[in-house]
Amino acid sequence: MKFGVVVFPGSNCDHDAWYAIARNLGQPAEFLWHESASLGGCDAVILPGGFSYGDYLRGGAIAKFSPIMGAVKKFARDGGLVLGICNGFQILTEAGLLPGALTRNRGLKFICRPVGLRLETTASPFTSAGRKGQVLTMPIAHNEGCYQADERTIAQLEDEDRIVFRYTHNPNGSMHDIAGILNEGRNVLGMMPHPERACDPLMGSTDGLVVLQSMAAALTGSRT
Amino acid sequence: MITPDLIASHQLSQEEYEKIVSILGREPTYTELGIFSVMWSEHCSYKSSRVHLKKLPTRGKLVVQGPGENAGIIDIGGGYAIAFKIESHNHPSFIEPFQGAATGVGGILRDIFTMGARPIAAMDSLRFGPLDDPENGARNRRILEGVVSGIAHYGNCFGVPTVGGECIFERCYNGNPLVNAFALGVFRKDEIFYGRARGIGNPVIYVGAKTGRDGIHGASMASAEFSEESSQKRPNVQVGDPFMEKLLLEACLEAMQTGAIVGIQDMGAAGLTCSTCEMGSRAGTGIEINLELVPQRETGMTPYEIMLSESQERMLLVAEKGREEEVFRIFKKWGLDAVTIGTVTDDGMLRVKDRGQVVAEIPNRALADEAPVYERPHTTPLRTAPMEAPEFRSRGLAEDLSALLASGDICSKRWIWEQYDYMVQTNTVQGPGGDAAVVRIKDTDISVAMSLDGNGRYTYLSPREGAKLAVAECCRNLAAVGAEPVAATNCLNFGNPERPEIMAQLVEAIEGMADACRHFDTPITGGNVSLYNETLGEAIYPTPVLGVVGLMKTAAPVTIDFKRPGRAVILLGGLGECDAIRFGGTQYAKVVLGSLWGLPPALDMDYEKRVQAAVRQIVAEGIAESAHDLSDGGLAVALAESCFGPAGVGAALELDSDLRPEFLLFHEGPSRVLISTSRPEEALRIAAEHGIEAVQAGTTIEGRLRIINRGETLLDLDIAPLRQAWEGALETRLRG
Repeated sequence: MKFGVVVFPGSNCDHDAWYAIARNLGQPAEFLWHESASLGGCDAVILPGGFSYGDYLRGGAIAKFSPIMGAVKKFARDGGLVLGICNGFQILTEAGLLPGALTRNRGLKFICRPVGLRLETTASPFTSAGRKGQVLTMPIAHNEGCYQADERTIAQLEDEDRIVFRYTHNPNGSMHDIAGILNEGRNVLGMMPHPERACDPLMGSTDGLVVLQSMAAALTGSRT
Repeated sequence: MITPDLIASHQLSQEEYEKIVSILGREPTYTELGIFSVMWSEHCSYKSSRVHLKKLPTRGKLVVQGPGENAGIIDIGGGYAIAFKIESHNHPSFIEPFQGAATGVGGILRDIFTMGARPIAAMDSLRFGPLDDPENGARNRRILEGVVSGIAHYGNCFGVPTVGGECIFERCYNGNPLVNAFALGVFRKDEIFYGRARGIGNPVIYVGAKTGRDGIHGASMASAEFSEESSQKRPNVQVGDPFMEKLLLEACLEAMQTGAIVGIQDMGAAGLTCSTCEMGSRAGTGIEINLELVPQRETGMTPYEIMLSESQERMLLVAEKGREEEVFRIFKKWGLDAVTIGTVTDDGMLRVKDRGQVVAEIPNRALADEAPVYERPHTTPLRTAPMEAPEFRSRGLAEDLSALLASGDICSKRWIWEQYDYMVQTNTVQGPGGDAAVVRIKDTDISVAMSLDGNGRYTYLSPREGAKLAVAECCRNLAAVGAEPVAATNCLNFGNPERPEIMAQLVEAIEGMADACRHFDTPITGGNVSLYNETLGEAIYPTPVLGVVGLMKTAAPVTIDFKRPGRAVILLGGLGECDAIRFGGTQYAKVVLGSLWGLPPALDMDYEKRVQAAVRQIVAEGIAESAHDLSDGGLAVALAESCFGPAGVGAALELDSDLRPEFLLFHEGPSRVLISTSRPEEALRIAAEHGIEAVQAGTTIEGRLRIINRGETLLDLDIAPLRQAWEGALETRLRG
């Protein structure tokens, strides 16, 4: 099993994601350079937080054109596990791998704080290690995390059980308190909160391990 | 043609100009005049403060690098070292708050990574005029919002956690807000880089952003008072691009790994001028550069403009001859310009050529080390505050406490620090809102604690005592989280040093700081002096800001809030002493009485040190469940803040003191830390071993704050409304 963490120019949670996987989860992880057209045999891909390409234009708007995203799209189409965190979530929506868009926070300010997340479904390779209805604590740190989509998309997400995390106290104005969603194939997850920041008791929470452990279990399962 | 007007407009005196002529043996060219004016500015040369800064202790067993380099360096063990420094960006932040503050953060981050250290923490010490000031409130609110978003914009995008700081409001900062930015980085002890242009014939390489016309004469601007025309200086403020800086960080650290880099320095104040002559001067070499090779983003720039530009996100490095390609390859990978613009020479000169023609030729040493040094006259420190206390009596202790908790200096700063990403890099063991911030060093069992502190009111009443109190408080903040202070950095914000009574403030504050830093074993490894903080002849309070760094074993944090009811509450250090004169600098005097008089609290440094040792041991051994030092607002405010944790646990204290209630509750005598513990006997034993007083003051209870003295109930309050006053105050005031 091998996790790949994509490094865009301006990614700044890439090392954190690597550390959470390699040290806290204890699984192999390597960095994938944005100019590479291959995922180097990785079994799961993480698009980390940060400000890819300076977030010029819009968060994630330029990153979607980088060579690695071609490989990520193909990987996702073939059922590979892709986790987009924060800026990674923005990139996934810009790249069309997830529906909707992330706009400026309701208060028009950057917000950094631990938030409560209700785990809405365990029917995903990212949450199978959790309990439905469980409230997890993970930090958010973003300026553009207000999830928006047209009514039909929202209804579809609700009907198809694709809303994975909902804020217990909506910090940014997201529709339906959405903090994280799945694609139709349930193998791509985008979430604004940072699970990699909640994998070590010293950081105040280990709830982020639910996501990483679920992914590891899914990868192990798919092998046997 | 150099005219007296031109000399004056470069803020050079006639004597200074004559010194330039004698160094060169001829009249300077226009470009040379510009180069001298920035390098000999107060900001770059420390010409007014240099003789006094020498009084500060700079050596210690852990000090790897003291003042004189881009940042100070401390050995933290385990093969690792940290680099850290604080710097002011006051003047630009007043003129253009967002960019001024943003580039302040950018500049201090470059100072850290230019040495090879990856920045892992930032903090900011901020001072503004009151947000509800009748005349200037709207402008102060705009400045605060701009400064905070500027810091957030730069730090968040760059990816450094902003883990703490302070924010203070006083009328004297109405026309001169202070923005002091601190950064700290970590590296392997054997991978330190210095700003030295070694090796004759080695290439001088320019990397990073292109040069534009922004920030020309920023250093000189920072060396003058403000007048009504200062807003016209807006083009002197630089514009920051944190994304570019993030790329520069990664590229520089990667390039350093090649072994091809000999020396490196960032282009901060005075840009290309400062980096070339300082690198040459430190190595005793000369540098020759060709301006037509400098990457430029505007056309038609003159040599004068290129040399003085303060465009951000640029670095100058010297590489080993023949290995340029290795360096270029890495910068290309990160999409950055890297161009050889010159060479290291053996003649000690800074030689600047423009298309073959020499436009400046000056000894590096004359620019970097031979700026005029002034022994400016100093008399008695300026103060107009009376020594005698006014008559006063509280109209209600509960109302007083509420007012204090909602006051600008004491109220919660969450609105500010939630805009900063204080967790990125996953090292933040303790973030903003505590006594000190703590970041762990990954792959070791070492954590670094840090705190910023300064108190302009105290320093105004007594520069010497105020400076000592700032050092003591910083060190106490570190003790409260269990860390041992090891080194310090300082930012000295003062008025016009040409006024003898202001110069006296500076001299006495430095001497007081020197005394305290020796006492607490915290050598000053670097910092910055910001003078001329005056607008229309009105100076700020003398405001020395200390940044103290400490070490501890990585452990779960001990925070300030009470965790469970039924715990013993102990006041380590005792109830302290106070009289009417020593009460004049307190927050009570400021907020409740609207007055300032007398002297700052009395400090016994020996006692303080023993208190800190005891607190450190009690916290480090896991005996304390919470710990909070007493400072602004005294015992009652510290107790209230300890009640504002998520658990909603309060406390009931029963005291035995003959101090009058206002003093007992609100005096700010130092050397005191409030803890809660389930093991009071052990805490008391350790206190006794260190020979300090420890008052077993009461117990933690659910939901209320109560203080009884000798049977008289002074305070008995529900926590919820207190917390509301404390939490909502800043936002309410920002709405105007």
